[in-house]
Amino acid sequence: MSDNIRFVQGNEACVEGALYAGLEFFAGYPITPSTEIAEQLSSRLPKIGGKFIQMEDEIASMCAIVGASLTGRKVMTATSGPGFSLKQEALGYAIMAEIPCVIVNVQRGGPSTGIPTHVHQGDVNQARWGTHGDHAIIVFTASNHQDVFAMTVEAFNIAETYRTPVVLLFDEVVGHMRERLVLPQPGEIPIVERLRTSVPQGVNYHPYLPREDGRLPMSDFGAFHRYNVTGLFHDMWGFPSDDHEVVHDLLRHLMDKIENRTNQLAKFKEFYTEDAEVLLISYGSTARSARDLVEQRRRRGESFGLLELLTLWPFPNDLVRKKAANAKYVVVAEMNTGQVCQSVRLAVDQPERVFLANRIDGEFISPDDIHKTVRLIRGKGV
Amino acid sequence: MAVKDYIRERFFPHIWCPGCGHGIVLNGLIRAVEKLGVQKNEIVMVSGIGCSARIAGYLDFHTMHTLHGRALGFATGIKLSRPELKVIVPMGDGDALAIGGNHFIHAARRNIDMTAIVMNNRIYGMTGGQYSPLSGYGILASTAPYTSVDQSFDIVQLAAAAGATFVARTTAYHIQQMIELLQEAILHKGFSVVEVMSQCPTYFGRRNREGDAVAMLKHMQKITTPIGSKAKAEHPELIERGVFVRKELPEYCEAYDTIIRRAKEGK
Amino acid sequence: MAKRKLKEHRINREWCKGCGICIEFCAKKVLEMDQEDKAQAVRPEDCVVCKLCEMRCPDLAIEVVAEEEVEEDIG
Repeated sequence: MSDNIRFVQGNEACVEGALYAGLEFFAGYPITPSTEIAEQLSSRLPKIGGKFIQMEDEIASMCAIVGASLTGRKVMTATSGPGFSLKQEALGYAIMAEIPCVIVNVQRGGPSTGIPTHVHQGDVNQARWGTHGDHAIIVFTASNHQDVFAMTVEAFNIAETYRTPVVLLFDEVVGHMRERLVLPQPGEIPIVERLRTSVPQGVNYHPYLPREDGRLPMSDFGAFHRYNVTGLFHDMWGFPSDDHEVVHDLLRHLMDKIENRTNQLAKFKEFYTEDAEVLLISYGSTARSARDLVEQRRRRGESFGLLELLTLWPFPNDLVRKKAANAKYVVVAEMNTGQVCQSVRLAVDQPERVFLANRIDGEFISPDDIHKTVRLIRGKGV
Repeated sequence: MAVKDYIRERFFPHIWCPGCGHGIVLNGLIRAVEKLGVQKNEIVMVSGIGCSARIAGYLDFHTMHTLHGRALGFATGIKLSRPELKVIVPMGDGDALAIGGNHFIHAARRNIDMTAIVMNNRIYGMTGGQYSPLSGYGILASTAPYTSVDQSFDIVQLAAAAGATFVARTTAYHIQQMIELLQEAILHKGFSVVEVMSQCPTYFGRRNREGDAVAMLKHMQKITTPIGSKAKAEHPELIERGVFVRKELPEYCEAYDTIIRRAKEGK
Repeated sequence: MAKRKLKEHRINREWCKGCGICIEFCAKKVLEMDQEDKAQAVRPEDCVVCKLCEMRCPDLAIEVVAEEEVEEDIG
């Protein structure tokens, strides 16, 4: 086997992607089914001079990566359901203070402790709205290890580009399943490095003054520019402000820098979508079954297609509307009670043609499970 | 350098009430840093939420005003990432020991090199005078209208038991001792805790009939004594001031450096 | 070391909130509250430049300037 081919778990693919992207600092707390990410990084990071720390809880892990990021490091934490709930407070801080970081949530069944070792995709809307207050957020997902790797790299690139947290929403099946991963050569996937200010020492540096292209150059804590970072609404120097114009402009900026780039951020894959009469929309491990079903039905001459979403938030409304325009039936396959289905209904022109094919018992959804729903919709019986 | 060289003058006068002990801590801290001659670029100050947390915004260091109780979590990321920086974490008593209690004991246990200053005014001031885990039994507060039935922590004992390698206590009245203790704490290699008993005349003092700031400082003078003093032997109820713990243990970032060395060598 | 001699008390009236800590704890009773509830030095000749008022001021509003420091400033 060639040096760059591995047979790994999805969690390991995520680790490989993070290291490829330049991860230098990881803080975490043990939780199923994401723990392998922490375990692997505890061994890998010190080998390259990076830092790994197991914090006292999920909250502190999230705080620690935000602190480390401010000193100029590329940072990540990883967790699952209950841990993701606990991280929401500091995730909001990173949004408000515009601090690049990557948060992995390998989903398990919930609510609460739920079903830790089984698969669910119930955190889609939590990833969007888990932290309090109006905000925008970027959430990526993937269905196979090559994409887990690529989307992890993309998460770091986007976090650094837009000074924002990026959530990687994987699931138990993707996290624990083993399959082939081909490691790209260095340079094969472009890596975005942090944009640092060119303002010289002694000249006023404004950490929160966006450039014309919307990017905000940073200065590492410990370098010669001293400034303030806060979770309060703040002015361009980072100092708290309750001026209504400052508050309005900052919230607008935090929303616009992401929502105005929805189409650029919309990563996806498509299979036979052009003439699809039955368009499946899916993501994460569910998309594997959806794709299998599409291939099966195509072999029988039925015009099934699949739109696999790699970006869940900001929700790719335009993309979904366009791809669904000519389909007779749009079937959203997911392992929850219809979280993405709801967004799809809002996006398309004819929401009455959108149906949900799901499974919520912790058992992995099969191509047959999805097909049963499609047959029902088409009036063909089970 | 003069005091004014360490502050962000444009934000003065500060938001604290007249006679607030936190202002005295700010004053003492500046003098401690000045005496040590540490460069402003070498200091990162990480604070949480509350009256105490506002201290960070007034100082011309790298400053981070974070979340209630979580300052030590953020500070740990900063310190482990850049061990060459001096990290100072001012916290309120509720901030450090109620919502942040878990982070406090674990930072102490790790012995990561930073200085935690607990500005203990025994009350939540920013939200209007609710009782804190340091208020103690029989205290009047806006959420204890019939007096509190909660027992309080002893910060010094808690920090020592959790593993802090430098633990000291002083008061806002004892300014010279405060400056000395803060200097020693900042220089100490490991997790240092300095409890500064601070006065909140607005909420604690008024409600508990302790009077104004002057009266509260006089009270602190009266109820405290140097460690091991004769007065303590005669009046065991007196609160001791001084250095309680001063010991050496492997510092976290240095210990992690040995892990990096071993990992690189494949051992 | 020569005993330091007072040059002046610089009191920032914008910052002083009139808490009275400096006045109460001055061993030589140099300071008093003025009509606007701001500290002022009424007996500067008694000042021994211990600077405790400066160090204890919660508002950073007092600076006790000694003669030698002024000379240093010029030098």
